[in-house]
This record gives sequence, structure tokens and C-alpha cells, in this order.
Amino acid sequence: MAHAAVSASGGANSGVALRLEGVRRVFGNGLAVIAEMDLRIDAGEFLALLGPSGCGKSTLLRMIAGLDQPDGGRIVREPEGDRAQTAFVFQDAHLLPWRNVLDNAALPLELMGVAKAERRERALAALGQVSLLEAVERYPAQLSGGMRMRVSLARALVTQPRLLLLDEPFAALDEITRFHLDVQLRELWRSSRMTVIFVTHSIYEAAFLANRAVVMSRRGGAIKLDRTIELPEERTNELRTDPRLSQEMKLLLGAIEE
Amino acid sequence: MKTLRAILPPLIPFVAITGTLEILVRGGFIRSYLLPAPSAVFLAIWANWGELGQATLKTSASALFGFALSTFSGVAAAVLLSSSPWVQKAFYPYAVFFQTVPVIAIAPLLVIWFGYGMQTVIASAFVVSIFPVIANTLTGILSTDPALRDLFRLYGATPAMTLFKLRFPAALPQIFTGLRVAAGLAVIGAIVGEFIGGGGLGSVVDVARTQQRVDKVFAAVLLASLLGLALFGLINLISRVTLRRWHASEQGS
Repeated sequence: MAHAAVSASGGANSGVALRLEGVRRVFGNGLAVIAEMDLRIDAGEFLALLGPSGCGKSTLLRMIAGLDQPDGGRIVREPEGDRAQTAFVFQDAHLLPWRNVLDNAALPLELMGVAKAERRERALAALGQVSLLEAVERYPAQLSGGMRMRVSLARALVTQPRLLLLDEPFAALDEITRFHLDVQLRELWRSSRMTVIFVTHSIYEAAFLANRAVVMSRRGGAIKLDRTIELPEERTNELRTDPRLSQEMKLLLGAIEE
Repeated sequence: MKTLRAILPPLIPFVAITGTLEILVRGGFIRSYLLPAPSAVFLAIWANWGELGQATLKTSASALFGFALSTFSGVAAAVLLSSSPWVQKAFYPYAVFFQTVPVIAIAPLLVIWFGYGMQTVIASAFVVSIFPVIANTLTGILSTDPALRDLFRLYGATPAMTLFKLRFPAALPQIFTGLRVAAGLAVIGAIVGEFIGGGGLGSVVDVARTQQRVDKVFAAVLLASLLGLALFGLINLISRVTLRRWHASEQGS
């Protein structure tokens, strides 16, 4: 449990800051998915990237993760770091079906060459963070969609990342499960202060979760709105029907429909 | 009760067909030197059990040996082919050759290379059964979830780690599909090899044919089919045990 304590008291300065300068990505058909993008993301920020399908938000996230390279411009990370600092959560859980929950959560550590005993201890700590300790021996086929996504979250948290990238992670889940995971993610961010970039097409989710929302245009990934969400630090389910949330959503919706 | 419900449906057509055949042959509607009565086939198995049992064992050994060779070299070949698109383009057409080669036509060639005896039979079983192993393993390895490949890349996994911890296990269901097909083909390959290379059920069929012993031909054919079925069942069992926990096709009571 020592590691859970470390990540919980990680301090206000444990996130990675990012600077995107004239980032450009053109696909094979000559279409510029992202024409030219400048964006600064501060350390410890919770940023929502919002936009319609095909606006390049997933491409941008992949470039930030280093899984795709920009055709122009550059992405600067501060501090420069090793790969363990970045974690990625996909739209579906994408677990290894032949491994149980514990071994799935420990996978990143295994790939990085961490010793077995430490792997187990850290994976248990990460599973504890997403309240899955009762399911460590189970296999993905025996889990609900929400539980699978929580394993996926634990797998991302197990390296104690300083940059967490999520690509529409809860889009395939039912609303009640999604609400629960939203709150859990927000709490995880509050306790670790890692930098979080959350890609979504849900205005509601963006406004509820993030401290800052960036709205991208349908073509070329131009930024149509960059807004600091003015809501309390702690986001609970009561906030979901709060007029202040509606106000934020109205602003984001206005930018999207422009 | 459960086993009875599983066995009963296929048992009904079996009884109906053998019963009808028996009546047709005994009634003189079908000449017994063209198609023996089912009872005559069972009697032939009973009367020649020493010879037939021995032959079945021999054919089993050759088929299993050839099948094992196909499994190991087929999986290895697929892993090599999957290593780069270039390697795949260069060599895959030659792998397809194994599927299109008519084993009956090259069997004499195998005799020239390996001589009369078991080596030729094993080679024949191997040649016809390797392609489905290569093709299915390759499909399995290449269709690994791209998101998981990204994940492995993100954490700096080496190509060997990606192969053994991701691509190979992810391909297991397809590999087993290939093995199921290959198992049946290995028995066919062994019988064809025995027609020419000698020994086993293939020889029994060949010799009984020249002696006009149709009942014995049928007895040997029946045993060869049962052998293919047993091998198929064995692969199914291994597949079930291996994939029990995780693959949807092996789930459910």
C-alpha cells in the first residue's frame, strides 16, 4: 500500500506540462486532419478536448502519446520524461482476455521490467484506487463493462503516470456506470494532480469533468473555444443538475454550433 | 441425461441409414460386391482385428507425427512471415503452394526421396496439413488488436515481448482452428502416403481392393474416419482446456 500513499501525496507539481507548436498532421489522402495547432497545457491541468467525430482529437491525443508523429511543428514536454510518465486509456477496455485482473493491471510494469513482487504490490494498489480489490482473480470475460473499464484505468494508473490520456473512455458504458466513473476519475486526479487530457464528444461530460475545455472545429482541428470551466473543485453527482453546469454546457454548445 | 441428449440426435440418422442399407443389400437391391452390408463391415473388422488394429496404430503414428511437424513448423513459419510485410509478400505465395500441391501426384516423388516406409507417409501427412496451420496462425497474429499493440509500444515492449505476451496468445483461437483442419488433413495425407509408401490402413485398402474384399476396404475406411475424428476431438479438447477462461467460443456450459 506504500505506493498508493506515494501517489496520493504526490504534491501539486507532479504533472507534465505540454506545449504544442504549429502541430500539423496530414493523412495519406492529402487531407489535413490537423492543419496548424498551438496549445499550451499546464502541469496538473484537467483538460477536455471536445469536438465532433473526425475532428482530429484522437489523432492529437495519439501524437501527444508518441504513438503517431506530426508532419509539421512540434510537441514539447516539460519535464522531458521516460515512457512510464504517460498512460493511455482507450475507448474500450482492451484487456488481455487470457490474463486475470491482477495480471492485466500489472502489464505495463511487466513490459518495463519491474520485478514480480513489486509488480504485484503496485498492481494491487492501483486496483484499490479503482475499488476492484475483490475481483483480482477474475478474468475479463467474467466482468461487467464498467468493471473492465476500471481495470483499464488501473492498468493506466499502475505506473503512477504524470500524464494521463483518455480517448472517449466511457463512451460505450451505460449512463449510471459512466456517472460513477466520472466521479472516480475526478477524485483520482484531485489526489494525484497528474495532467489529464480527456477526449470526448460529450459536452456534458466535458463540462462536468474538466477544469478547461478546448472545442475543436469539424475540419482542420482549429480551436473554436478555449474555456476555463468555472465549477467547484469537487464534482459530485449533485452538480449534475446544477444551473452553473448548464451555463457551462450552453457556452460549449454555442461554440460547437457556431 | 445430458450425454444422452448429445448423442441421440446423430445416432438416429446412423441407425436409419445403416438399417436401410442392411435391408437393401440383404434384399438383393444392391450387389454386395459393390456395397457390403453394414453388418459385413463390422464382421470384417471383428475377423481381421489383429491386422486392422495394427494398421490403425501405424497410420495413427504417421498421421500424428506429420501433424506434429506441421504444427511446429507451421506456427514457426507464420511467426517468420508476420515479422515484416516484405517477408510476407516474398514468401507467402510459396506457402500457398503447399495447399495447391496435389499430394496424390507428388506421392511417388516422396517415395523417391524418402524410400518405402514411414518417412514417406509422414512427409505426405506433413505436406497436406501444414498450410491451414500457417494461414490461420498468420491471420491470428496479424489481426492482433491495434490498440493493444499501441499499448505495448507505449511501454517500450521489445518485439519478442510483443510476440510472446500479445501476438501469440491472441492468435491461439485461430491457431486451434487451423489445427482442427490440419488434423483431418494429416490422416488423409497419411493414407495417401501409405497407398504408395506402404504400411498402415492405406496398404490394407490397397491390398483388399486387389482381392475384391470390399467389406475389408470399407472396414479400413471406417477405421481411418474414426482416426480422423479422434484426432479432431483431441484438438477440440486441448483447445477447450487452453481457452476455457477467456475465449467466447469456449464459454458456456
